[in-house]
Amino acid sequence: MRHLAALRLLGLILALFSLFVLATPPANAEYADVVLNRNAEKNGMRPVVFPHWFHRIRFRCKVCHYELGFKMRVGSNDVTMSGIIDGKFCGACHNNDIAWSVEKCDLCHSGKPGLPTGIVGGNETSGPGRW
Amino acid sequence: MQVSIFRADLPRLIRLAATALALAASCAASAGQWVPLDKDGVHDRKGPAIKQLQQPQEALSKLTPDTTGNQVRWVDALDKGEIAPREKLRPETKVRVLDQDILLNLKGGMPIVRFPHRQHTLWLDCSNCHDQLFKQQTGGTKISMFNILQGEQCGVCHGAVSFPLTECFRCHSIPRGKPGDEQPAKGGP
Repeated sequence: MRHLAALRLLGLILALFSLFVLATPPANAEYADVVLNRNAEKNGMRPVVFPHWFHRIRFRCKVCHYELGFKMRVGSNDVTMSGIIDGKFCGACHNNDIAWSVEKCDLCHSGKPGLPTGIVGGNETSGPGRW
Repeated sequence: MQVSIFRADLPRLIRLAATALALAASCAASAGQWVPLDKDGVHDRKGPAIKQLQQPQEALSKLTPDTTGNQVRWVDALDKGEIAPREKLRPETKVRVLDQDILLNLKGGMPIVRFPHRQHTLWLDCSNCHDQLFKQQTGGTKISMFNILQGEQCGVCHGAVSFPLTECFRCHSIPRGKPGDEQPAKGGP
């Protein structure tokens, strides 16, 4: 009888564990994806998802983080649509010349509503630091 | 007695085994594969972009593979010419690359750190690290894993966008007590 009880308990624990694993949406975002939502949702748009992987295939880090002046800390850059339209930050490329223009709102504003600003993703890592 | 208990629990055991297999499969699926955008937890599945944006798998599966981060060896991909990212937007911008190795952590317990300027300046400009994060003089800045794990110093990038802090020996790469410890090693990553 003891065996039976132990097996039942084991089954319950495994079932709960699998439920937890299957029911919790894991942070599956691609490593170094950045969510920008300081202004977006306040102005009725989805948050912006910036994929580092997509951009670094095409540009070295120094293009944005040196030439364009993006500081390397999420939240430390005041990225606004008026700035972008004036050619600052994303607007240096997203001007229908190098990349799609600001009229294609939804391609950048593609995030799930309610996401906080931050760097997400993390295959094999979820560091404790502030990024 | 033992046998009868076993029989009674056979279906349960089979269910358990199936659950365990499913769990193992879901863990295995996360290695060497990239999550589609509609399942990544950050993109809005209902948004119009989901069908238009490039999937990570399409772009990243063609590059030199890694076991972590974006699952791409970005420096190798660059060195092998698999990618050709632009160095500048403005013609007048000066592109600076430095081929010089710095050895760090000479007295610690872990293997010595070889910091290769070449791989870093292929991607970054000098001013991204100097002199805000690190003084230019070797030994001028006290570097610690405590700071790095807090997202400072090397941890500004490593653990956020470049290979993560789980990969200790990519930086701590020179074993102690070998001839040539005193001289900066030259060569590949």
